[in-house]
Amino acid sequence: MDTDAYDPGDFYDELFEARGRPRPGASLLIERLQGMSDAELQRRRSGAERALLTMGATFNVYGDEAGTEKILPFDIVPRIVEADDWARIERGLAQRIRALNLFIADCYGEQRILQERVVPRELVESSRVFLRRCVGMKPPKGIWCHITGTDLVRDRDGAWLVLEDNLRCPSGVSYVLQNRQVMKRTLPHVFEASRVRPVDVYPSRLRAMLEQVRPAQSGDPPTCVLLTPGSFNSAYFEHSFLAQQMGVELVEGRDLVVIDRAVHMRTTRGFQRVDVIYRRMDDAFLDPLAFREDSLLGVPGLIDAYEQGNVSLVNAPGTGVADDKVVYAYVPKIIRFYLGEDAILPNVPTFLCAEDRDRKHVLENLEGMVVKAATESGGYGMLVGPASTAAEREAFARRIEADPRNYIAQPTVSLSRVPTLVDGHLEGRHVDLRPYVLYGDELFVLPGGLTRVALRPGSLVVNSSQGGGSKDTWVLHGGEVKPC
Amino acid sequence: MLSRVAEAIYWMNRYIERAESVARFVDVNLHLALDLAEGGREQWAPIIATTGDDALFAARHGEATRANALRFLTFDAAYPSSILSCLRAARENARSVREAISSEMWETVNRAYLSVHDASRRQDDVLAAPHDFYDDVKLAAQQFVGTAYVTMTHNEAWHFARMGRLLERADKTSRILDVKYFMLLPELSDVGTTYDEVQWAALLKSASAFEMYRKRWGLIVPSRVVAFLSLDRSFPRSMRYCVTKAERSLHAITGNAVNTASSAAERALGRLRAELEFVDAEELIAAGLHERIDAFQSRLNAVGDAVYETFFATRPVR
Repeated sequence: MDTDAYDPGDFYDELFEARGRPRPGASLLIERLQGMSDAELQRRRSGAERALLTMGATFNVYGDEAGTEKILPFDIVPRIVEADDWARIERGLAQRIRALNLFIADCYGEQRILQERVVPRELVESSRVFLRRCVGMKPPKGIWCHITGTDLVRDRDGAWLVLEDNLRCPSGVSYVLQNRQVMKRTLPHVFEASRVRPVDVYPSRLRAMLEQVRPAQSGDPPTCVLLTPGSFNSAYFEHSFLAQQMGVELVEGRDLVVIDRAVHMRTTRGFQRVDVIYRRMDDAFLDPLAFREDSLLGVPGLIDAYEQGNVSLVNAPGTGVADDKVVYAYVPKIIRFYLGEDAILPNVPTFLCAEDRDRKHVLENLEGMVVKAATESGGYGMLVGPASTAAEREAFARRIEADPRNYIAQPTVSLSRVPTLVDGHLEGRHVDLRPYVLYGDELFVLPGGLTRVALRPGSLVVNSSQGGGSKDTWVLHGGEVKPC
Repeated sequence: MLSRVAEAIYWMNRYIERAESVARFVDVNLHLALDLAEGGREQWAPIIATTGDDALFAARHGEATRANALRFLTFDAAYPSSILSCLRAARENARSVREAISSEMWETVNRAYLSVHDASRRQDDVLAAPHDFYDDVKLAAQQFVGTAYVTMTHNEAWHFARMGRLLERADKTSRILDVKYFMLLPELSDVGTTYDEVQWAALLKSASAFEMYRKRWGLIVPSRVVAFLSLDRSFPRSMRYCVTKAERSLHAITGNAVNTASSAAERALGRLRAELEFVDAEELIAAGLHERIDAFQSRLNAVGDAVYETFFATRPVR
């Protein structure tokens, strides 16, 4: 593999300072890649994809025949994050998630931040994901958002920015764990020399966190379960993988029943009490008696049992209020309000279409903007200005004018790139990074994360539904490593 | 454990056992066909008849030719007991309980399905030289059983797995025994001839029982073949063995001692086992083997229903 032929281009490249000059943390990797033939690399890449398919690390494509699930395309050139960078990310995420939790608790409690007009009241109360039913709720230990997957990007100068907060049911962590397994068997000689921090602790930390947030009068140890919408859900693999790795039951709505305002599961020996539910379905589907009446996935009476303090829900219902994309624009102010600190990880500059001046600017500069609907996710309901046609921009402009509250816009960030194996040679492809954070007795940031890569040349959209793939993310140990 | 999970594990194992039975069955008949080919005596109709699905076969494929029979039993996605359908069902069940079984078990069943699914896209090639293919299916199924044995705690879930497998196997062995009933001897004078012996030997091979029978009894004697496949106490495919061991698993699940019965499943299976306990082959044959086998199969179905009622059915809340 001739790595000197790789052109980092006019972007921040995660592995190269300049053509032929790897960054310090990446030099070992590049050296080893250089020592392998193109054919060898291609062979290992196919081997890696086969391994993922056998493991069943797949997402479902709705309507397809059994056995035609797709694996998330995987690239064997890892993304490397150096120890100093990671330390800053860790502090930044911890700060942000503490503040957002205080914000959610406040929205459903005293509403100080609304009274002091730091965040406009109508913004919160008009949000589709603000749940009136949760006002006055006090989840165990005051934690609402136990699991977060924040999307980070790097701009042309290499500065880390927060692109999006995912505070509801962030997915993808199973790819982090599986990608690592595959990397270890695909490029063992590179891996062993690189001092990469392990990610395998995630399932045990997750289970520990679930036990920590159990309701006051639960069993000891508490019975924890993972609630999935079922095997047709696109993230089903992840649900079953996490349940298996944690050693908890994977339940569907039909396995659960509420008796005497407490949740039970149907077992071969009758009903068994459940204490903590890691639920992987949206608030709206959880309980047909509380939210969407037509939900067949949920458990009638679940929310009542939760309000009685008889079961814990992870994440708590109602957290969506803080990952509304308009609220996102206020997060630096939210951090200042609750913690009295400046945000360690800044936002991407954001224009609020609800404000006249911002909207005017957005409409005049649509071609250079990424416009997002406030409560959509997964790359749906968005306009990528530079890649759009005049007709699409025209249509989007009308949607913005019709419902300005529902849209934000950001100038296109020139995302950083990582060399990626394409047809036997390296080409730069844009990436983002989703680290995972757990919040129980303490706040834990997994040293690693899901690096999503836009595989189409020039594309900035990394979502798996839009042609994205993934890479292993190597967070390096800092300082000297002591010999064992 | 969750009722839904127990049921999925039970069926996953039944389907894998079924796929293996079909593969063995077809493979033996292919060999038999070669031996009998000269007189145009190749018989596929009896094979189809023993599945009990002859009407579906006739509707979908018409005449019982070798090619039609092989496609039906191996790759017909619309036939729920074809090898392809069984492995798909096994895999879908496995997929819904991946957290409850070991990763190795999942990977084994996933790989088996993917390879048969792949083969179904080049059926002509596969069926032109089918022996390797059926060997692979048998091997995959046996690998699954071995993998389960050594990678999964022998807990409640494992006993549901074993019970499903053994109930399925008891049914399949009884059907193999029944083939002889459907298989037509071309001439009365063939009774007791080489053809007759070849057919009885084929029957044993269908249950992977030929070598073990030889060690136990030596010469092929029809009544002994019947005895071996139905009543042998140690051969793992005999009906009696399967039913006895299935009952042990059932009691491991409930925690009740054998010979006590507190559930419908325990009563049904206990009765069936007791019946097999106190019968001998002469009696079976004298009463009409085909009729006895028919009765056995309906009793076995009743056991399946009782297992469903006892463990899987959705119970009303008080």
